[in-house]
Amino acid sequence: MKTTGATLDFTGAGVVYDDGAELLRALRDLTVSICAGESIALIGPSGCGKSTILRLASGLLAPTEGSVLVNGEPVGRPRRETALIPQDLGLLPWKTVLRNAALGLQIRRVPKAEADARAGAALAQVGLAGFERSFPKELSGGMRQRLALARALAMDADLLLMDEPLSAVDALLRESLQDLLLNLWKERGHTQLLVTHSIEEAVFLGTRILVFSPRPATLVADIANPGAGSSGWRDSVEFARLCNEVRNALSGQGASS
Amino acid sequence: MKRDFLRKIGGYVFAVVFIVAGWWLTAIVLNSPALPTPAETIRVLAGNVDVLVPYFWTSAYRVVVSLLVGTLLAVPIAQVCAHSRTLDALFAPVLYLLYPIPKVVLLPILLVLLGLADAPKIVLISLTVFFQVLVAVRDAVRAVPESAELAVRALGGSAWDEYRHVALPSTLPAVFTSLRIGVGTAIAVLFIAEAMAGSTGLGYFIMQSWSMVNYPRMFAGIIAMALLGVVLYAVFDLLERSLARWR
Repeated sequence: MKTTGATLDFTGAGVVYDDGAELLRALRDLTVSICAGESIALIGPSGCGKSTILRLASGLLAPTEGSVLVNGEPVGRPRRETALIPQDLGLLPWKTVLRNAALGLQIRRVPKAEADARAGAALAQVGLAGFERSFPKELSGGMRQRLALARALAMDADLLLMDEPLSAVDALLRESLQDLLLNLWKERGHTQLLVTHSIEEAVFLGTRILVFSPRPATLVADIANPGAGSSGWRDSVEFARLCNEVRNALSGQGASS
Repeated sequence: MKRDFLRKIGGYVFAVVFIVAGWWLTAIVLNSPALPTPAETIRVLAGNVDVLVPYFWTSAYRVVVSLLVGTLLAVPIAQVCAHSRTLDALFAPVLYLLYPIPKVVLLPILLVLLGLADAPKIVLISLTVFFQVLVAVRDAVRAVPESAELAVRALGGSAWDEYRHVALPSTLPAVFTSLRIGVGTAIAVLFIAEAMAGSTGLGYFIMQSWSMVNYPRMFAGIIAMALLGVVLYAVFDLLERSLARWR
C-alpha cells in the first residue's frame, strides 16, 4: 500500500523543561524542513535531546519556542496519521500480539473486524503471522521490535517516528531488521524519522543524516545521503566514506564543546 | 497439559481425604456431641438440605452483593487517587487510619440505623471489602509503567482510552487477588452479623442449632458456610488466573 508521506517543518524550535527547581534546555533553535517521503536519521551523543525532537514531531510535546508544522499545520496534540515507536516500544504486556498490533486502530474507533484484519496483515508483513495469540513476554527481543513496527504499519501512518528502535537487539538481527525497515519504507513511501546512536545504521537508513551536538541539542551537520536504499549500499565505498563523514561531524562537535 | 490437570485433581482428592480423615480421628478421640463424625454430618446434611438451602441462598446473596458493591466503589476511587497527587495526599492519611479498624465493630451502630434485615450485613461486608480492594488497586495502579500510558497517548488516545487499555486491564488481576484473599474475612463478618441479629442466613442457622443443642444440625450449617467460602475462593482464583495470563 502506497501512502503520501507527511512533510515536517521545524522553525526556530526550542524546548526548555521546567522541573520546578531549574530550567533545563533540551533543544536549541532547530530549523529544518523535511520533505514528503524522506527517511531522516538523527544522530548525536546519548542524552542530547534527540528524543525531544521526536516528541515534538509526534505532538506529545509543544515547543516552548518557535514552531513545528506537520503537513503545514501546527501539531497541538498527537495526530492520528503519525506513529511513534518509543525506545521501550510501548507494548502493553496484558494484551496479545494481535490486540497490541490493533491498538492504534482501536483507539481510532475502526470497527473490530476491520482492525483485526489490518493488524493481522501488518503482522504477516513483519513476519509475525502465527503469533497473534501470544503475549509480548513470550516473544524474543527482535520479535517485539517487529510487533511495535506492525502496530505502526496497521495504522497506515504517513509519518513514522522511531526512537532507537533497534537498540535492544544483537548485531545480526539488527541488520535484518534494518533491511525490513528499509524495504517497508521503499514500499510504502511514508516519511520517517529515526533516532539512532549507530553511525552505520544512520548511513544505511537515512537519505539525510542530521547530526546533533550534546545537550542542549543543536543541529551541527545536515548530510545528504542519496545512496541510501540502493542495492549493495552497505558494501559500497561511498557507504564507508559517508560513515567517516558522519563520524567526523560527531567528533568535531565533541572537541569544540 | 492433561497430565497437569490429572495431577491437580489428584492433589485435591488427597486433600479431601486428608481433611476428612483428620476430622474423623479428632471426632473419635474427643468423643463429644459437639463434634460429630463426617458420616453423621453427611447423614444430617442430606436430611436437612431442604431446610438449609434457603439459609444458604440468603447468605450467598448477602456476601456476593457486598463483594460487588465494595469492589465497584473501591476501584474508581483507587484509580482517581493513584492518578491525582493532590487527592492522594488528602485521602492517604484517612485511608491509613481507617484501614486497620476492624469494620465489624460498627455492627451495633448499623443494626440501630438499618434494622435487622439484609441492609446492615451488606453495608458491613461492603465496607470490609471496600478497604481491601482500595489499597490493593491503588498500589497496582502505581506499579503500571508510565511508558504504557505514553504509548496510548502517542496513538492519539483519550483519557478514556488510557483507562480502558492501561489502567483497567493492568489492575484487574489485583482486584481479584484482593477479593480472593478477602473472601475469608467477608464470610467471617457475615457469620458474626447473622449470628448477632436477625433470623435468616447460615450464621443464624448455626447459632440457633447450637442453642437447641442440635449439634449435627449445627455442623451441617458450618459445612454449608465453609462450602460458600470455598466456592467463592475458587471463582476468584479462576478469574484471577485467566486475567493474569500475561504476567
